This record gives sequence, structure tokens and C-alpha cells, in this order.
Amino acid sequence: MAEHVAHHFEDAEQQREAATLGMWAFLITEIMFFGGLFAGYTVYRSTYFDAFAEGSRHLDLVLGTVNTAILIGSSLTMALAVQAAQRSRRGPQVVFLLLTILLGLAFLGIKAVEYGHKFEQHLVPGRFFSWPGPHASNVQLFFSFYFAMTGMHALHMIIGIGLLIWLTIQARRGRFTGSYYNPMEVSGLYWHFVDIVWIFLFPLLYLIDRHVH
Amino acid sequence: MTTAGAGTNYLNADYRVRSWLLTTDHKRIALLYLVSISVFFAIGGALAGVIRLNLLTPYGSLVQAETYNKLFTMHGITMIFFFLIPSIPAVLGNFLVPLMIGARDLAFPRINLLSWYIYVVGGTFTIVAAVTGGVDTGWTFYTPYSSTFANTNVMLTALGVFITGFSSILTGLNFVVTIHKMRAPGLTWSRLPLFIWAHYATSLIMLLGTPVVAITILLVALERGLGIGIFDPKLGGDPILFQHLFWFYSHPAVYIMILPSMGVISEVVACFSRKRVFGYTVVAVSSLTIAIVGFLVWGHHMFVSSQSMYAGMIFSFLSFLVAIPSAIKVFNWTATMYKGSIDLRTPMLYALGFIGLFTIGGLTGIFLATLAVDVHVHDTYFVVAHFHYIMVGGAIMGYLGGLHFWWPKITGKLYSEAWGRIAAITLFIGFNLTFFPQFIVGILGMPRRYHVYPPEFQFLNILSTAGATVLAIGYVLPLFYLTWSLLKGERAGANPWRATGLEWEADSPPPTFNFDRTPVVTAEAYAYPSLPEASRG
Repeated sequence: MAEHVAHHFEDAEQQREAATLGMWAFLITEIMFFGGLFAGYTVYRSTYFDAFAEGSRHLDLVLGTVNTAILIGSSLTMALAVQAAQRSRRGPQVVFLLLTILLGLAFLGIKAVEYGHKFEQHLVPGRFFSWPGPHASNVQLFFSFYFAMTGMHALHMIIGIGLLIWLTIQARRGRFTGSYYNPMEVSGLYWHFVDIVWIFLFPLLYLIDRHVH
Repeated sequence: MTTAGAGTNYLNADYRVRSWLLTTDHKRIALLYLVSISVFFAIGGALAGVIRLNLLTPYGSLVQAETYNKLFTMHGITMIFFFLIPSIPAVLGNFLVPLMIGARDLAFPRINLLSWYIYVVGGTFTIVAAVTGGVDTGWTFYTPYSSTFANTNVMLTALGVFITGFSSILTGLNFVVTIHKMRAPGLTWSRLPLFIWAHYATSLIMLLGTPVVAITILLVALERGLGIGIFDPKLGGDPILFQHLFWFYSHPAVYIMILPSMGVISEVVACFSRKRVFGYTVVAVSSLTIAIVGFLVWGHHMFVSSQSMYAGMIFSFLSFLVAIPSAIKVFNWTATMYKGSIDLRTPMLYALGFIGLFTIGGLTGIFLATLAVDVHVHDTYFVVAHFHYIMVGGAIMGYLGGLHFWWPKITGKLYSEAWGRIAAITLFIGFNLTFFPQFIVGILGMPRRYHVYPPEFQFLNILSTAGATVLAIGYVLPLFYLTWSLLKGERAGANPWRATGLEWEADSPPPTFNFDRTPVVTAEAYAYPSLPEASRG
């Protein structure tokens, strides 16, 4: 039996299939987890459309777009890292993983800048929230969803970056080759999932009724 | 790792504490869970005891209203989240799923251990919350009371429940992957034991439902802590949205509690009737049907919560639908016993108890799914009696039946059959005496969750409290004779019940890696009639 096959598996193939199915099953629970937020968002967006549109116009479209591009780019470098592992090429694995980490950190950095702006503009829900226009309480609800959803997304990014750092250390030691790259593959699935969540968040939060202006 | 000599099994392979706390063996993790859920069962049971004592008189003689609110809240939370939901899956399922499908372990042994630690951390949070003041929102955490007004330990308790949810998710994930990918050669889906089918269906609910309640409870906590207002009417938030999200999980959670029991009953009835389960395929599919339709009925908890009448009608209709797969199971177990060679051993007594009590619980569920009737009995003791017939009469009877059925496999020892039967019958009598009067007092109009009640209900409440005493004796008895069996019990041998199934081919207790060589399956499940009587046992 090959060294990287755990004792309870028959062979590497069974182990690989189990790991992949396990990650897919986990991602389905993640969809349901975010699903609760998306369901609430949908209800209130249809009830308080004007307030949500007004809140949406106070998000930074430029930074949001740049972040979308950065995250999609990081999915590309992640896919390239997995491919490098499949081809047993150690150098490119490490480079692409580091690039992915860098892009992930850039995303979080920009997100932090955005959060900072919201804080200065008193758009963070709670005691210090202030809104001069109409529908103040419903706009606050929009920002509650904005922070809950992007915050939950950012938390997933942070966990993902932790995983990537661990993968980089392993990859440097040459642990992943064409015959064994399960951790790389399932972490890749996770990273793409986090990316896809953002692909939904961006239009739902930033692009409500923009054409009016 | 110990090299397997003769007589080495998972229990005696290593005696150090470390070898238990860091084990990745599914059988040892099952026992870790057995001990921890028993602790929570004892806590939840003691709380129920105080509740019943208080209700002995109509005047709330024992505790004050605030204390009473905390008592029923913590009874509900411990029993549901820390006993019933993990009970059969985390103990019997953990032990048996790999054995029944001929695998050496679950697909992810370390995640399995992690799930136990998560459970312990979540449980600790909840216990700390309880001893530092308790929580009084009811196990349902309804907003806006829980998010804005309650002055009790809602945060800590909610965190405990949130954390424990992940142990449930990880257990479900492990089962799904294991059942898909690790079945022994020849063990096709149509040959799987019904216990496995039931656990597969349960795992799907754990995977799809639990994350929703996790985010919901997190939002309640964020609302309490930061005032983000998603359920707060002041900001235009809607407390009813909480109820939708909460019941989207918490109704299917009832099936997390009952489906594994149904799996146990299928195994036990087949074994002690010496017959293949009647309509195997239909029973297997009915587990999946219950899991799927169970996700579409949550609105029946909200008939009087300002839900639209049309939504109410649809949820009522869908709730009736769940009765069909449930009834299929009851009829098919009965048909399995028909002309079988029935042996009334302890597990079989529990199975018969389950079938009777589940039928009553299920039929009264149909009353409650009927819109007009529900408006009358909503939030009365009728509802309390109904769900205790399902959760105690059903789920716990199934759990104890399963524990007795596989005890010889788990420990390698036989318990006293006489004491086993006495306990099973005591439980059955005590249970009915406790909860049947609650149906009547509920129809008469006694509301739930009050520490006082009109004096005309006292007689029925005295009956109920008397029954709870008998029930308590029934629960304590197994503690003694099962422990006794560990010390003095006869050796069980690999297959004391002459049952079919791969788990009975392994030694009792099984060796650490279950099977010396991967078994090959050539027959359907429950091939009882073809067993030559003399060749086994």
C-alpha cells in the first residue's frame, strides 16, 4: 500500500473520491449557511426596495469592481496551482499558491478600506448609525445585510488563506505529486466556492438600481 | 499501533487515557459520545423531574414563574440538541455504519473525533450558561424576546447550540461519504441494511438543515450583541422571518431524531421475527421520502403566527403527506412480524413499544396538521404530549432498543435478559402514564409553559407526575444491569441473536480495524429464512 493512503482506504483512488465528495458535501452545507442570509436579503430587498437601492448607491462601486477582478484572478492562480500539483511541478505550485495568498490579502485589504469608509460615514448599523435621508431604519437594515454577508464572506477568506499557507509549506516540501494531491484539490474547491459567493454578493449588494443615477 | 494478537479488540488494545482522548477509532468515539450524551440525558431528565414535581399542585408550590421558564427551556435545549439529535447517529451510527458496510473506519476518522470535541465545547458553553443563571426563552429562541428583551444567558446558550450544530454536520458528512464510497464489494444499495438507509437519510437532513439554524442563531446573537436588526421590527425587520428560518431546520430536526430509530426498529423486528423486512425497497425509499418531504412542512408550526391562510393550507396538506411514508414503515414492520417466528427479547419489546407509541404520536400529529384543530390545541399540553410520544416514545425507545440489541457487540457481554425485560415494560407503562393524561388535559385547554394551572386539571397532572416517577425508575434500571453486565456478564460471542449483517461477522467486541480482510457480500439483507438453523450461534 502506498504511504499516503490512510489505513482505512482500499486504495488511492477510493481515498481521492472520498476526499472530493466530502468537500462537495461540505460546500453544500456552506450554500445552506449563506442561503439563510440570502433568503432574508431577498425578503427585505423586495419589501424595502427603495431603501435598499439607496443604501446600495452608497457602496463604493470602483473598489467593489476591483475586488471582484482580484478574486476571480485568485481563482485562476489557484486552479494553476492545482494543475502544477497534478503535473508534479514543485516550483510553480509554490509560486501560484503564494500569488493566490497575495490576491486574497489584497481583497481583504481593500475590504478593510471600504469598511473604514463606512465607519467614517456612520453607516455601520447600531448606535452610531446615522442617515439623513428617508427610510433611515430600512437603510440600516440594508447595511446590516451588507456587513453580515460580506463579513461572513471575509471570514471564509481568512480561513481559506490559512489553508493556503499550510498548503504552501507542504508544497515546498514536495508533498503533492501527480499521484497524491487531494488536499490541494479540495482546498481549491473551497477557494472557488468562496469566490462564487462573492460573484453573487457583488451584484446583489453593489448593483441595485444603479441606472437611476 | 498494537499488533493484533488473539483476543485483542478495540477496548483492550490500549488502556491509556490518551489513547481514548486522541482515538480516531469510530468505535471508541461512539463510546465517548455514549458517555457524554448520557450525562446530558441525566441533566435533562432531572430538569423534567423538577418540572413534574412543580406541576403536582396547581399553585406553583415548588418554583417561581421565572425559574420554571428556565427549567423547561434548559430541559428542551439539553434533550434536543445535546441528547436526541446526537443519540443514535453519534453512538450507534458511529459504531455500526463502518461495521455494517464492511469498512475499517469512517471516511474521515479525525473529523469524527473533531466532531466529538466540538460537541463537548458546545455542551460546556451550555452548561456554563445554565449554572451562571440559565436561559428562559424556550428552546425555540423566538425573537424579539430572545434578541431584545430576555435578560438571561441567551448569548452563551445560543453559542453552545451554534457550536454543537457543527458536530452534527460533520457526523452527517462522514456518514454520507462513507456510505457512498466505502461499501464492501458486493454490498449494493439494494442490499444495504435499513439502518444504513435511515442514517443516510438522516445525514442528508443534518447537512442541509443544520447550517440554516446555525446562521439563524448567529443572527440572533449578532442582534443581541450589535443590534443589527434583521429580526427587529423597529428597523423594519421581521420576527416571523426568524420563525421561518428556525423551523426550516427544527422541523426536519424531528426527523433527525426519529429516522435513526426507525432504522433500529427495522433491524430488530427482522431479527426477532426471523424474516426479511416486508417490502424492503419501500421501507428504504420511505426514509428518503420522509427526509425530503420533511423539509416542506415547517409552516405547520406557524399556523397562528400571522402566516397567510393559503400558506397555512399548503403546509397543512404537505404535513399530511409525511404521514404516508411513516405509515408505510409501521405497516411493513407489522407485516414483517406476520407469521414470523417472534422472540420477545428485550430489544423486541422496545421495538413493539416503539411501533405502538410512534403510531399514537404520528396520528395525533395529523390532528395538529389540521388547520382548524391546531388553532384550538396550539400551545396546549396536547402538543406537548404529541411530540413526547414521537421523541420519547419513538426516538428514545428506539435508542434503548438499539443499545440493547448491539450491547453484546459493543461490549462483548450479555446483560440480564430478565432485568432488561422488566426495564422495557416499566418504561412503557411509565411513559404512557406520564404522557397520555397530557393529551386529555391539553384538549381540555391547559396551556404549556406555565408554572400554575386551574385546579380542575390537578388529577390528570398528578397521574402524569406519578408516571414520570415510574419512567425515572425505568431509565435508571439499565444503568445498573448494563454496568453489571460489563463486570459479570456472560461472554456474548460474535452473534448471540443469530442475526444477519456484516457487524455480526466481526468478533464481539470487534478488533480495532473491524475485519481482518474486507468481507465480500453475496446476499441481500435479512436473508433469514435461508439460514440453516443449526449452523450459527
